[in-house]
Amino acid sequence: MRGLILALICVAIGFAGGAQAADAVKIGMVTTLSTKAGYLGEEVRDGFRLAMDQEGGKLGGVPVELLVEDDSRKPDKAKQIAERFIKRDGVKIMTGIIFSNVAIAVVPKVVRGDVIYVSPNAGPSLLAGKGCHPNYFNVAYQNDNIDEVVGKYVAEAGYKNVYLLAPNYPAGKDHLAGFKRFYRGELAGEVYTKLGQSDYAAEIAALRAAKPDAVFFFLPGGMGINFIKQYAQAGLNDSIPLFGPAFSFDERLLKAVGRAALGVKNGSQWTHDLDNPANRQFVEAFRKAYGRTPTLYASQGYDAARLIGSALARVGGDVSRTDDLREAVRQADFDSVRGKFKFAANQHPIQDLFIREVVQAGDDTYTNQTLKAVFTDRGNAYVDACKMD
Amino acid sequence: MLLFIEQVVNGLQLGMMLFLMSAGLTLVFGIMQVINLAHGSFYMIGAYVGATVTARSGSFLLGIAAALPAAALAGMVVEAVVLRRLYQKAHIDQVLATLGLIMFFNELTRIIWGRQPLFLDVPPWLAGTVTIIPGIPYPSYRLAVIGVGGLVGLFLYFLFGHTRLGMQIRAGASNREMAGALGINIKMLYTLVFGLGALLAGLAGVMAGPILAVEAGMGESVLILTFVVIVIGGIGSVRGALAGALLVGMVDTLGRAFLPTVLRLFLSAAYADGVGASLASMSVYLMMAAILVWRPRGLLPAHA
Repeated sequence: MRGLILALICVAIGFAGGAQAADAVKIGMVTTLSTKAGYLGEEVRDGFRLAMDQEGGKLGGVPVELLVEDDSRKPDKAKQIAERFIKRDGVKIMTGIIFSNVAIAVVPKVVRGDVIYVSPNAGPSLLAGKGCHPNYFNVAYQNDNIDEVVGKYVAEAGYKNVYLLAPNYPAGKDHLAGFKRFYRGELAGEVYTKLGQSDYAAEIAALRAAKPDAVFFFLPGGMGINFIKQYAQAGLNDSIPLFGPAFSFDERLLKAVGRAALGVKNGSQWTHDLDNPANRQFVEAFRKAYGRTPTLYASQGYDAARLIGSALARVGGDVSRTDDLREAVRQADFDSVRGKFKFAANQHPIQDLFIREVVQAGDDTYTNQTLKAVFTDRGNAYVDACKMD
Repeated sequence: MLLFIEQVVNGLQLGMMLFLMSAGLTLVFGIMQVINLAHGSFYMIGAYVGATVTARSGSFLLGIAAALPAAALAGMVVEAVVLRRLYQKAHIDQVLATLGLIMFFNELTRIIWGRQPLFLDVPPWLAGTVTIIPGIPYPSYRLAVIGVGGLVGLFLYFLFGHTRLGMQIRAGASNREMAGALGINIKMLYTLVFGLGALLAGLAGVMAGPILAVEAGMGESVLILTFVVIVIGGIGSVRGALAGALLVGMVDTLGRAFLPTVLRLFLSAAYADGVGASLASMSVYLMMAAILVWRPRGLLPAHA
């Protein structure tokens, strides 16, 4: 008799425990946590986790389990991880990829496997236009947006002779193309540097000789740090202003560059001083949880989590019916830290885009301050190229 | 014309930076016959220690003073623990072991200092520009790099040509067993040489820190060019390293600066920029291939 009761209790506990495990929705995050650019993945993951922690391990009231793996910026490795998530762990929602070349390798296969992918950063034009898919959502931006806003601002501010600089690889060419879309003036030069190049003395000398009235550059990560420092050392930042997309001016990079970046204007869809309730609580909570000011990547990770949460709330935690889940994500019924947010027809954001300036925040800290919104409700240039079935 | 002169000075400066790195590497390779891929890691250690001490103390000179022994110490520890077992082995074993060391040091740096690139700025007394030729304000810090490179060259020349220690090192390189039989402590000598090589790499690192990003993995990008330099110059020869470094610095800088412009004479602007950029990055390696065809042992190979 006692044995029977014991067995029944065990079975009951087993059922309860099993039911708990079955309830937690698994979300697969493939992101870059190693290599020099590893802090980008860290930021996205930390932003995402903050949203989960704020709801006690849930998103949208539904218990979730976040599986995080490092793709080391390698498309092959990312593909393997994605396959493992889908086949072994049975995830139905994936996110996390930072770099566009990795995204182009991984996303098409993932979304064809009946999995919803929400991009918290990489927004290549290929996946926004010809390669778009109903299961692919981008909660951050389409890559060109960040350059378009700078192009428009530079044109409106009256600069007529701009010098362009980017590394010689597809993303470099894309970013310069984004700038040129809204800039209406002459180009004093268009220079492509070596990917990973450290010393820009030659380029800076040539730039000075070309006498532009402004410089727009796309040099992410360590390349940007090198260029900005060397530009300031050549004494040029007082005479020829620098412009760029936010990728070279996030909080962590600013710490490595110091006063050399002071006064540079850059474009982004978010700054930590955006004045809306969702953002204010996000920045405060992030500072408290991690002891640093969030970068735009963290805000994108946070918004990705809240978007997924809103969708999960709509389907009541049931991710088995992909069509319903997809519809729920499309609604984008959540409070974005950017203020207003909705999806365009190709499932990239329609949002305001801002110009910010690097200012001194304390004794040795530098940060971004929003100057103005240059675009309101900007979609992207690839909506027409996207034909979703 | 002024632009051309300025680019030549830029090439000189890049060459001097490469010389600092390659002097140490060619010494180790030439005298000890050891391929050390982890040379870039000593460069990184120099930069990191220099950045940390400069930030704490506020003095760049103190940063240099701390970076040099740190890199040298790291070098000597690596030599005693890892490389000593590899002298008799094939080069491939040395490559594998030192490749492993690269990854080890990269991760160690990330564990100790975190992923955030460190901030190291040019010291205020070197932060201005100097008008070397009327019309060209040149950053004084880069002139300082050229100066330091020249001083190091003189120091090495003096060390090897005019001191007892230098004589012992050259003897050990010529014939290890005979030198040992004559009473020279070869083991200690090799450790010292390796430490000197690492010290030079650390000096290059802390000098490069204010201009470049101080981050884990910063050694790799310089390492490739350094190997090209010592192959062009002649392995084991410090004079060859100087010649090779200046040549590579010039070709790389002038190629990047003027190839697109030259190509614009023949091609449309868009093509010229893209093709010019690609050609410029290949130019150094093309030159290396050409030189090796002409002089297989390098430009100024070490004697015997």
